Amino acid sequence: MSKFKKGGKRPTGAISTASLPDIVFMLLFFFMVATVLRTEDEKVQVTRPEASELYKIEKKHLIRYINIGTPMDNRYGTEPVIQLNDQFSQASEVQDWILKERQTLSEAEQSKMWVSLKVDQETKMGIVTSVKQELRQASALKVLYSATSRARTGSEE
Amino acid sequence: MARRELQEINAGSMADIAFLLLIFWLVTTTIESDMGIKRQLPPPVPPDIDVPQAKEQDVFNVKVNFKDQLLVEGQPLDIQELKNKAKSFLIATGDGVISHQVGNEEIGKNRDLINAPGTDNGAFPIREWVREADVRLKIAEYEQIVIIAEEKNKDAFRKVLKSWQDKLTTITLLECDYKQLPASALISMQNDNNTTYNTYLQIQNELQSAVNELRDELALSKFGVSYRELEEVYGKNKQDKSTLEKITAVRAVYPQRISEAEPLDAEATYY
Repeated sequence: MSKFKKGGKRPTGAISTASLPDIVFMLLFFFMVATVLRTEDEKVQVTRPEASELYKIEKKHLIRYINIGTPMDNRYGTEPVIQLNDQFSQASEVQDWILKERQTLSEAEQSKMWVSLKVDQETKMGIVTSVKQELRQASALKVLYSATSRARTGSEE
Repeated sequence: MARRELQEINAGSMADIAFLLLIFWLVTTTIESDMGIKRQLPPPVPPDIDVPQAKEQDVFNVKVNFKDQLLVEGQPLDIQELKNKAKSFLIATGDGVISHQVGNEEIGKNRDLINAPGTDNGAFPIREWVREADVRLKIAEYEQIVIIAEEKNKDAFRKVLKSWQDKLTTITLLECDYKQLPASALISMQNDNNTTYNTYLQIQNELQSAVNELRDELALSKFGVSYRELEEVYGKNKQDKSTLEKITAVRAVYPQRISEAEPLDAEATYY
């Protein structure tokens, strides 16, 4: 260090890292805007099927999720179960749940609620059909069958 | 000397702190990518109401059994062929869904039917012409009716008038007359309780794909953009009337008619 003082010049070799925090903060803010906090634990194993005709709902606060799949923790069995919010539930509880969830939206938006069904691809349709029937009874008619994206079949056209 | 030490606070660790925050955020959040196939469930049917049966030729039946095998219109079918089959049903006519004053001659030509032009196949719904002259007559008629109708009935007649005006907008936008599907035409899907969800979703996807591809084809040839782009543009700006009219026009020619049949009881067997 004393060597530089002798010369009376500041060192030219070190690159200033003063802007590094700014860059990282910028990254941080980008991620904060682009992502959402994980709101609930997934208690069931869901591998979503692949599909090509996907639709994305812009207003995420209107979506409510129903997960159907085998429990992650096999103490709860190996048969597919329904998860509403953080709990395992019966199909018969879906109606009450819908009514409760609807109350969390403002009155103008209650009719615009979407229910996203995240269903494991190996699940049999019986349990899904019973949930769908409950949704109809609760007049929650807008559903989204959640899927991951793939190309259209026969897309050479 | 003492003054200089105060001036420079070491900012080197600031980056570490920021990185720490960044990594924390990366771990605790997810990039929400919830996409899926959109469906409108039918409203609940009261038990004492008889649902009228649609004409056999107006319904495209897709059934899938517990072994994930398909039965389409009474014939076993591979899922790869489902899309084209559904397209033929939606087109339903051998000589195009629009009259060709301009544009692509191929639009809406049935792809796997050997049909003489001008004939309709018995296994398909019959598309009816919507002619500009007829629509104009109807509009004039309903304009008169709205004026003379009683106050309580006016809204109902206005709705009818609006639907005819929409048809006229469609004809103007397409620059030609078109054939519409009968109101009872629909694609009906029925599954077994032991069908796997993946198969179910693939069928839904293929049916949706059939509708979307037909709509894209029409929108591309008439408006130069795909139907999906039209929807995206409208989704971003709901005030965009002209895009909405284009969407309505495409939908008038190719309506989305995918319905889910009432589930059968567990004991019921159908084949």
